[in-house]
Amino acid sequence: MAGLRDLYQEVILEHSKVPRNYREMTGADHRAEGFNPLCGDRFTVFLHMDGDAIRDISFQGSGCAISKASASMMTQILKGKSRSEAEKLFRKFHDLVTGRAHPSETEMGKLAVFSGVSEFPARVKCATLAWHTLQAALEGQQDAVSTE
Amino acid sequence: MTTLANVSLDPAGSPLPQPRPYDVERIRADFPILHQQVHGHPLVYLDNAATTQKPRQVIDALIRYYECDNANIHRGVHALSQRATDKYEQARKTAQEFLGAEDCREIIFVRSTTEAINLVAQTYARQNLRPGDEVLITAMEHHSDIVPWQMICEEKQAKLRVAPINEAGELCLDEFERLLTGRTKLVAVAHLSNALGTINPVRQMIAMAHAKNIPVMVDGAQAAPRLPVNVRELDCDFYAFSGHKIYGPTGIGVLYGKLALLESMPPYQGGGDMISSVAFERTVYNKVPHKFEAGTPDISGPIGLKAALDYVSRLGIENIERHENQLLEYATNRISAMAGIKLIGTAKHKAGVLSFVMEGVHPHDIGTILDQQGIAIRTGHHCAQPVMERYGIPATARASFGLYNTKEEIDALASGIQKVQEVFG
Repeated sequence: MAGLRDLYQEVILEHSKVPRNYREMTGADHRAEGFNPLCGDRFTVFLHMDGDAIRDISFQGSGCAISKASASMMTQILKGKSRSEAEKLFRKFHDLVTGRAHPSETEMGKLAVFSGVSEFPARVKCATLAWHTLQAALEGQQDAVSTE
Repeated sequence: MTTLANVSLDPAGSPLPQPRPYDVERIRADFPILHQQVHGHPLVYLDNAATTQKPRQVIDALIRYYECDNANIHRGVHALSQRATDKYEQARKTAQEFLGAEDCREIIFVRSTTEAINLVAQTYARQNLRPGDEVLITAMEHHSDIVPWQMICEEKQAKLRVAPINEAGELCLDEFERLLTGRTKLVAVAHLSNALGTINPVRQMIAMAHAKNIPVMVDGAQAAPRLPVNVRELDCDFYAFSGHKIYGPTGIGVLYGKLALLESMPPYQGGGDMISSVAFERTVYNKVPHKFEAGTPDISGPIGLKAALDYVSRLGIENIERHENQLLEYATNRISAMAGIKLIGTAKHKAGVLSFVMEGVHPHDIGTILDQQGIAIRTGHHCAQPVMERYGIPATARASFGLYNTKEEIDALASGIQKVQEVFG
């Protein structure tokens, strides 16, 4: 069960039970909905931008422990970051959860707890759903972004 | 392989052999795939509503066909073509007998239940729907029994009506009857719900629809492997099932249709085999069933399906039904007694399927943790998003049983769920 403990680390379980920045944002200037049709996970990501900087970020929706914890930690880490920093982090995060990069190479800080996902290919989409949704929000897409 | 039919021809005139007790260990020995370890645990395969595993008899039939008989059908004069044609048409006869159909021309080979429904939507419904007409389905249908009807209704400016279900997941029969009106041109209903396990009272529903001269198509994808089906007793107009859900190969399914209806319908696809003669000015279509089987079909599919239907018939569908009912009852009692578990689908008449949710844990996480213990279940919306919507949940975890499952496997499922609860504390 070593793999399971790697996947469901305490930090992840804790964030999934008590997600941070879990609220609808009134006055958001960017928002997007993300949907994983395979498992029914559905999140909305809200952004309040200050020029190129993410002044506030929040999310709402339903999903598994991995997708919810990922969304929660994403909002924590991105507050105050610039748009290009956010995009760079997404690329690093994607490499981490798909096993293309070792956590030590990626300088991801707290997000390194998601490295266990790479052992569970079926769960990569759970981990990246919020990030895909963030990207759609930044790009101002109108339609719900889908993992399929 | 001994079949009941062979035994009944015993010259001594002795009746059918004494029924043997259902020997699940002996049955499991026929399924090579079951004897493996997954993540260091013996495989516990409880995803039979998605697809079933194949017995050696089916695998051997496919190998034998490709090693000895492969040729194209219905056209060659040579020996292999004749053998392939005979085997293909024997499979039609077996499917006819399995469904209790009157005539083997009423059996059309398709890719799957999905294709069967699309065929009826694109031929029968296309021919008969007028603006303002209605097609009636139920709230527990699989996407494959919703979307083909939506597509043709949109095209024909017809309406799709949906008969509701109650909290237990049973069809509201009064509502269903009320929705049968002069505008209803077709009813489509699942015999057995894949997401809830509900057995619909299809015989009664068909009688209600027929009282108003409305034909009925039954989606038998989940019922055919689990319940005795006789299309003449049901008096359904169309019945469909998939080979891969009844221990046969993927890529093959069966559409039964009453002969007069099939003859009145236009072809589904054009091509070889579905024609009598072709000229640039005019083509004369072949007779049923060939009218609906354009092009070189999946030939090995029906041959594998025949082996699967023979296998199921040899065990006896009533025996399989009894075995799976015992498993479902045992699983229902064990799993529903666990803390934080809620069953989704608690109809009085159920078969084969146990859908559940766990407080505080998403089904997808349940699926991953069970998989690590070698237990295969399905998690998600089961291609029945309106059902999930009805219960206000995004997804369920679903264990579904097959003829080879055991009580010990359900014990493994129960311990697996306990492990989920430990992880999520």
